[in-house]
Amino acid sequence: MTSPAPSNPAPARPAALNSAGLAKNDYKGLPSTLCPGCGHDSISSRIIDAAYALGLRPHMVLKLSGIGCSSKSPAYFLNGSHGINTVHGRMPSVTTGALLAQRGHTAIAVSGDGDTGSIGIGQFKHAVRRNVPMVYIIENNGVYGLTKGQFSATADQGQTLKYIGTNDLPALDLCAEAILAGAGFVARSFAGDAKQVTELLKAALSYKGIAVLDIISPCVTFNNHDESTKSYGYGKAHEVPIHDITFVPEFDEIRVDYEPGEVLSVRLHDGPTVQLRKLGRDYDPRSRLSALALLEGARHGGELLTGLLYLDETRPTLLDTQHVHDTPLALLPEALTRPSPQSLADVMRQFG
Amino acid sequence: MINDFTIQVATVNGSGSQTANATLVDALFHMGLPVNAKNVFPSNIKGLPTWYSIRVSGEGFTARRDDPEILVAFNAKTLDEDLRALPPGGVMFYPDHLKPAAPRDDVSLYALPANAIMKEQEVDVKFRDRMANLVYVGALAQVLGIEMTAIHDYLTRNFAGKPKVVGANYDIAVAAFEWCAVNLTKTDPYTLRRMDATAGKILIDGNTAAALGAIYGGCTVVSWYPITPATSLAEGLIEWMPKLRQDSETGKATFAIVQAEDELAAIGMLVGAGWAGARAMTSTSGPGLSLMAEFAGYAYFAEVPLVIWNVQRMGPSTGLPTRVSQGDLLSTYYLSHGDTRHVILLPATPAECFEFGWRAFDIADELQTPVFVNSDLDLGMNAWMSEPFTYPEQPMKRGKVLSAEDIVALGGRFGRYQDEDGSGVGPRTLPGNDAMGAAYFTRGTGHTELATYSERPEDWQRNLARLDRKHEHARTVVPEPVVSGEGADTGIIAMGSTHPAIVEGRVMLEREGVDTDSLRVRALPFSPAVRAFIAAHERTVVVEMNQHGQLAILLRTEYPEFATRILSVAHCDGLPLTGAFVAARVKAALPSPTRPEEVNA
Ligand SMILES: Cc1ncc(C[n+]2csc(CCOP(=O)(O)OP(=O)(O)O)c2C)c(N)n1
Ligand code: SF4
Repeated sequence: MTSPAPSNPAPARPAALNSAGLAKNDYKGLPSTLCPGCGHDSISSRIIDAAYALGLRPHMVLKLSGIGCSSKSPAYFLNGSHGINTVHGRMPSVTTGALLAQRGHTAIAVSGDGDTGSIGIGQFKHAVRRNVPMVYIIENNGVYGLTKGQFSATADQGQTLKYIGTNDLPALDLCAEAILAGAGFVARSFAGDAKQVTELLKAALSYKGIAVLDIISPCVTFNNHDESTKSYGYGKAHEVPIHDITFVPEFDEIRVDYEPGEVLSVRLHDGPTVQLRKLGRDYDPRSRLSALALLEGARHGGELLTGLLYLDETRPTLLDTQHVHDTPLALLPEALTRPSPQSLADVMRQFG
Repeated sequence: MINDFTIQVATVNGSGSQTANATLVDALFHMGLPVNAKNVFPSNIKGLPTWYSIRVSGEGFTARRDDPEILVAFNAKTLDEDLRALPPGGVMFYPDHLKPAAPRDDVSLYALPANAIMKEQEVDVKFRDRMANLVYVGALAQVLGIEMTAIHDYLTRNFAGKPKVVGANYDIAVAAFEWCAVNLTKTDPYTLRRMDATAGKILIDGNTAAALGAIYGGCTVVSWYPITPATSLAEGLIEWMPKLRQDSETGKATFAIVQAEDELAAIGMLVGAGWAGARAMTSTSGPGLSLMAEFAGYAYFAEVPLVIWNVQRMGPSTGLPTRVSQGDLLSTYYLSHGDTRHVILLPATPAECFEFGWRAFDIADELQTPVFVNSDLDLGMNAWMSEPFTYPEQPMKRGKVLSAEDIVALGGRFGRYQDEDGSGVGPRTLPGNDAMGAAYFTRGTGHTELATYSERPEDWQRNLARLDRKHEHARTVVPEPVVSGEGADTGIIAMGSTHPAIVEGRVMLEREGVDTDSLRVRALPFSPAVRAFIAAHERTVVVEMNQHGQLAILLRTEYPEFATRILSVAHCDGLPLTGAFVAARVKAALPSPTRPEEVNA
């Protein structure tokens, strides 16, 4: 359906510019190829909002990702940023190297729960240990999206998927893993909560060490309840094939908005309901132990706790501990990276 | 026998014989004698047998030899076997508390009162085992004619600032020296005489040389994971980087060295750093290389420059971790899945380790690709005589990196993977470039010339064809082979640390009337000169240290028209090749001279 062109177009209003002198449009990416309604796309939009709000200069942002539907998303925001889509689970090491080479950049790294919680769990924990100064976003949908619906390490115990069966294993809590490994900024949110995601992203982007954001991001496609209109079978009947995913059901994005301290039940596209509880305004995120206890309590209560869970601004970052030069290593002049001929003669004397 | 023999020191791993052995080698070197030392050690920290062989060769040969004439038998467990292997006329030094089960009267046996000297010198029981090694140093000095001043010099340098330690060690050597002067009757024919063959030269191992080369190559990011025999390369960087690469004005490091959690992370960091414009490197060995495969293919395909030193050890699998091999040629060349072919540099000497240390970065930047440097344990961990290293002759080559102005001049659009000059190499920008249109999204998935995602067959094929062109172009960028000799029917092709054995083997062949030319391959892909060499010889014998003749396989694949003229001599037992081996096996590979009665009518 095409709508008729307006006969009398309104004069274009100049776009609002942020502190960097850029319009919201300057933070856009390519059109997404993810399934319509995928939570990952909401997160991309929030990254655009936050980057615009903070007035980030896109060319000083590095976009990094691993492999998975989630990891495709850096293509869908901040076209003006230098980006690298790496290999499955190993984005953290690439980010580490990139920031060693080009300090001064803001690194926005996107990963999935499979990418981070399974193949990449080691690199995730070590990037956290090193306190690589990056925003580490986990677009957590509890399944492998791009390989079409296997359990990830964050899938709920007891959950059933059509071709895979029942998940007997306990879920990894990536926020708890991050806190244990030494992360100084750990937050959890829900992709549909635009306000909270944006606020947390803004805080994370302003944080100086590694900021881990575990964002529950529903996968609209891997929905296995046959009785539901949103089931695999239903979807199949309405199949619209794109790239390497079998079908794309047309789901609306799930959106929520609720106050700190409140509990909210959200029904996901794949059937189950999540209990979201937003941390109250009086929550003090400065104790590791309370944060872990809170996560454990929430897990027992079947709730998904959202908000800034833990904050510690005292840990030195990788760049501090390495005493890396203020000029990015990649841009140092040759005079600083190639010692003099005299120095070589001195070294040679020591071996003579 | 003057200045031409091998001393083999048999000790127990972890018994501190390193100092004693290094003292001997250094003293010989400073007496102007061409010397080479090889440590044959077990993959174990303490208790197992280890051998250290020191070859002195007035003629300047530095390859390993099979039969040491002089045995220092300080390991009870191997004493009898070591003695049995001694050639007639040989000589054995041993501590008098070890008794050979079957003494031989065709060799000289010198029993040294090691324990008595330890007691007399009042060496603390804790240190006795370790210090007893200085007894053989003093004894060899007396019997063979090593200068005690050279020994003292080394100890002073090695224990700089610790005069007590120098004194304690030296006193033991002196005590042994004097005891031998009084009590020992020399019955062996081996003597050392000062020469002038090492003036101006240095003594260094390949891994240290490589580390220094990298430092002079402007390496700024190092990420590594411990593995024998590559560890000492990273340790060389850790030792020398702070000395040579601290900004004197700010005191800040112009480099970063990270010990990664594994090899996957090590190469991952290089990918990030290389993409972001830093000169990044790692050192690893076989098992680590296997783990790096996925990222190696990624870097090849996304065209990210980085440098990987593969200090080869014996595989497959965990193999012989402390023994030498050239068995990774094929796995390195094709590392990763799909149609991947890498650039490999093949150093043969410490001077080349230094040169390739910096040159690898130029090549990686110029070609925008991972560059592997396949060294090995023998070259990397053993001490070699070398000319002092030459300072890099030209400024660093950073390849096609576009500035913001370049992008503006191009109208805000550039083809990251576009081949403009037939070299197959496209231009790139570095993060931070603020020109509109400078940013691009790198990926290992199929992409167009503009770096956008594509699954179109034409895009895929165009990309691979360009990478093939780049591979062809690489032939002209990598170091040329070194050719020696001219006009012989037989050519020998070899690579890396077998070089000294080839040199000596050719001399041995020549003495037997077999004339050969040789070509030492210094890089993959092969330079056109390699083909020319094969074409110019009736037959080419490829000598290498692996089981399947991997270099020969590659040569036959590359030059099928000459396949039948390419003969393979491959050997793989964990020990460096000897000149005698090369001579014998090359000779055996040649067609036997046709005897008249065999001429067909
Ligand atoms: C080494 C390797 N193993 C397996 C794969 C296949 N693979 C691609 S995406 C993916 C899972 C992605 O899941 P997740 O990170 O949860 O992201 P999502 O697609 O759900 O957003 C896997 C296993 C791969 N690309 N590389
Ligand atoms: S499969 Fe799931 S995760 Fe992947 S794009 Fe579709 S909805 Fe998103």
